[in-house]
Amino acid sequence: MSVTPLSPLLDRDLIQDTLFEAMSNGGEWAEVFVEDRQNASADFDEGRVEAMASSRDLGAGIRVTVGEVTGFAHTSDLTRNGLVEAAQAAAAVAKGGSHVDPIALSGNGLAESNARILPESVSKIRKVELLERTNTAARAENAAITQVNVRYSEGRRRVLVANTNGLFNADDQTRTLLSVNCVATGDQGLQTGRETVGYTVGFELFEDHDVEAMARRAAARAITKLAARPAPSGQLPVVIERGGGGVLFHEACGHGLEADLVNKGASVFRDRVGELVAAPSVTLVDDGTMGVEWGTVAIDDEGCPTQRNVLIEDGILTDYMWDHLQSRSAGRPASGNGRRQSYQHLPMVRMTNTFVTNGEAAPDDIIADTKNGVYVAQLGGGQVNTATGDFVFGMTEAYLIENGEITVPLREGNLIGNGPEVLKNIEVIGNDFAMGSPGTCGKDGQGVPVGDGQPTLRVAALTIGGTAS
Amino acid sequence: MSDTTELPDLADELVSLARENEQIEVCVSRNRSTTIKAYSGEVESVRSGKSEAVGIRIIVDGQQGFASAGSLDRRVVSQVVEEARGNLQFAESDPHQGIALPDGVDPPNLDLVDPAILRMSDEQKSSLAIELERRCLSADSRVNSVRSAAWSDGWGEFALASTSGISIYTEGGSCSVGVQPLAVEGNETQIGYAGDAARRPDVLDIDRVITEAVDSATGMLGATKPTSERLTVVFEPGVAAAFLGTVVGALTGDRVIKGRSPFAERLGEQVGASMLTLFDDPTNIDSLGADNHDGEGLAARKNMILENGVLSQFLHNSYTARRAGVSSTGSAVRGPRSTPNVGVHALCLDPGTGDREALFDNVVNGVFVRGVNGLHSGVNPVSGDFSVGAYGHKIRDGGLAEPFSEATIASTLQRMLLDVVAIGGDFEFLPSGSGMASIAIEDVALSGI
Repeated sequence: MSVTPLSPLLDRDLIQDTLFEAMSNGGEWAEVFVEDRQNASADFDEGRVEAMASSRDLGAGIRVTVGEVTGFAHTSDLTRNGLVEAAQAAAAVAKGGSHVDPIALSGNGLAESNARILPESVSKIRKVELLERTNTAARAENAAITQVNVRYSEGRRRVLVANTNGLFNADDQTRTLLSVNCVATGDQGLQTGRETVGYTVGFELFEDHDVEAMARRAAARAITKLAARPAPSGQLPVVIERGGGGVLFHEACGHGLEADLVNKGASVFRDRVGELVAAPSVTLVDDGTMGVEWGTVAIDDEGCPTQRNVLIEDGILTDYMWDHLQSRSAGRPASGNGRRQSYQHLPMVRMTNTFVTNGEAAPDDIIADTKNGVYVAQLGGGQVNTATGDFVFGMTEAYLIENGEITVPLREGNLIGNGPEVLKNIEVIGNDFAMGSPGTCGKDGQGVPVGDGQPTLRVAALTIGGTAS
Repeated sequence: MSDTTELPDLADELVSLARENEQIEVCVSRNRSTTIKAYSGEVESVRSGKSEAVGIRIIVDGQQGFASAGSLDRRVVSQVVEEARGNLQFAESDPHQGIALPDGVDPPNLDLVDPAILRMSDEQKSSLAIELERRCLSADSRVNSVRSAAWSDGWGEFALASTSGISIYTEGGSCSVGVQPLAVEGNETQIGYAGDAARRPDVLDIDRVITEAVDSATGMLGATKPTSERLTVVFEPGVAAAFLGTVVGALTGDRVIKGRSPFAERLGEQVGASMLTLFDDPTNIDSLGADNHDGEGLAARKNMILENGVLSQFLHNSYTARRAGVSSTGSAVRGPRSTPNVGVHALCLDPGTGDREALFDNVVNGVFVRGVNGLHSGVNPVSGDFSVGAYGHKIRDGGLAEPFSEATIASTLQRMLLDVVAIGGDFEFLPSGSGMASIAIEDVALSGI
């Protein structure tokens, strides 16, 4: 069982003094974010452990605001001198000292780990065994599997956030992940298949998930694609398998609902709260509290507890996502979406777990009712231009649908669409909701872990970026 | 700037901790950076920071362990040494594993730091960011706001030492600007971007950044979805760099020896059009990718990759070279936080002649691609499948025509190299360090309506 630590990541008095220093140049609000991150990974390639690596990062980011201006400085020197120097650098945006009220922190700055079995407490031998088992299962699936890469990674991130409102919150976040990449060699060249299992949990991940079954799925995916045909070029109906395409919503509208982009006029969803922006069957939620999903955190990186935020309800835009700065400007509460890659970064509005809720259709009927189209079983990453709503995402496993049946596999390619149009073109939503693979969302050069999910559904038309006419 | 012996001394000291039979390679670095953003005529944020890093690789009998940390604190550094030792016991022995051995090649001895950046005050940097925003707004009435206008600068020092006798030190600095104007017409908004980077602030081409940023937003107003067809695509230099960068990723020793490259068996063969000559040249100071050493401390050097379309060699670090039975090409790329990978520092394309417009002259029906997206999701460098989102302008009868968006272009890396039909004379060094020109590729599938 997890144990609550006896003392916070950084001494309470030292934090109070640092905040005082940060306010001493006329700042209106200040924050100290402390982070201690430990990562370890092991790569298994060509039938052997290639390398085990571990890393440690400890530092603080100090933020000062005055009006609409933000000063920020980060340091890996957590001594009193190091923190004071960073506080003064951040405070330099304010112009001139004034009286600073005493700062009283409430809360204890302590947090219990979310992990039942801390990965760091598990012997490295057991991790190597896991890699070996995964590799063996993938290779045994088919003789055409010529290369297998298995990667294990564990990360523990302890954070402490304090600000001049008296907030003093901590979190102890552990994530564990295993991914397998297979290469199959056939007459037509090489193909790849990938599977990943990752959750916001400790080493207990492997009690609940069968890595060998996962390895076989990745291998089968590469083998299937050896017979793949070039994907079509042009617009077709697209059915997306449950859990395979939450990234569509992440890109099609998730980013466009981030308040920072909205307020700078860089979103097609600006000024549209209360309007019908999607098919009436669409309800879209961002939920940082969701079980052990990849984007789950107890508090965001501004110390605000995460929550379930309904963004689109029955097709109507209900709200955007908010961080401290954006919610303060709008005079409303934050929504637990202020996140940052590390103590070296300024937080901004970010998604957590973003998903579409269940509809009523049986997934088999959705396929049977599609005369001709594309069935996407797994999507890769995506990218969006929030100003226009145009987005792309890659299909890593897809098939043709001919006369209501899934037929030949297709080679990889991107799909492209326009967010607002696609949301309205969702024709039918299944009753088989599932979350998808863990992802890393990139925005302005910062990556954070996110989850996504959706039931099987059909979009009336998306452009398939293939080469076949 | 600071004591230039401190990091090399620390690296040498850590190397001296090697036990019998141990190979140790130590990387240490220290960086400083500042980013200032402007919005609505004011400074929006000032971000500054210092960071340190140490990465230690220890190899015993072909077993490799690696550990790193974001601090040069002595206690932390000692822990990193122990972590690396602990990690190596679990790696399987590989006779080719090992640190780089000195190869007698002399480094180019480039001066990569210009003190002019260090002399700039935060006020000067802020005014530049504010000026970027203001000038974008006044350049065109359709620009109604600027999402981000930023100044950034950074300075870093890096030392590497190993038990093979390598001990190097490099210092480098650069500055950059970037701006994202929003152009609005009716219900439509287009976001543009342009930026520049250099080792000296006075050579940043602010006028060009503003013209390009504004044009990249206003030029796309009225863009429509094109009809699906096969045609000739012309990539602007930044897009050419993204495409050729992906190709070169498949020509690295790591991919080749592990059977993950569609070009693995093609050495010495004609894999590209005969006009295509591609090389990596970190010894050219004009590139921001220039460096004195690679990531294992070997001298940086010029490497031919494609000569008149013929695949001349694969790129190697010392490990992949030993596996392949050749010498390292000095192509190790890495920071202190990772083990050496293989890649390019300053990828360059031999330009053609004539300006960009001359490239369009022979295009009866094509597209000029100003930007692509989804490179990470729609390109598979193992199979060679290539499919990316694209936007830009149609080319009709040799001239630029209306803008298009929400389309993809697709082919395979293998075919596209052979289908290059022209290279522009518009060679330039990009902020990424690549030296590129526009290229025209025929018979690519454009997917739209």
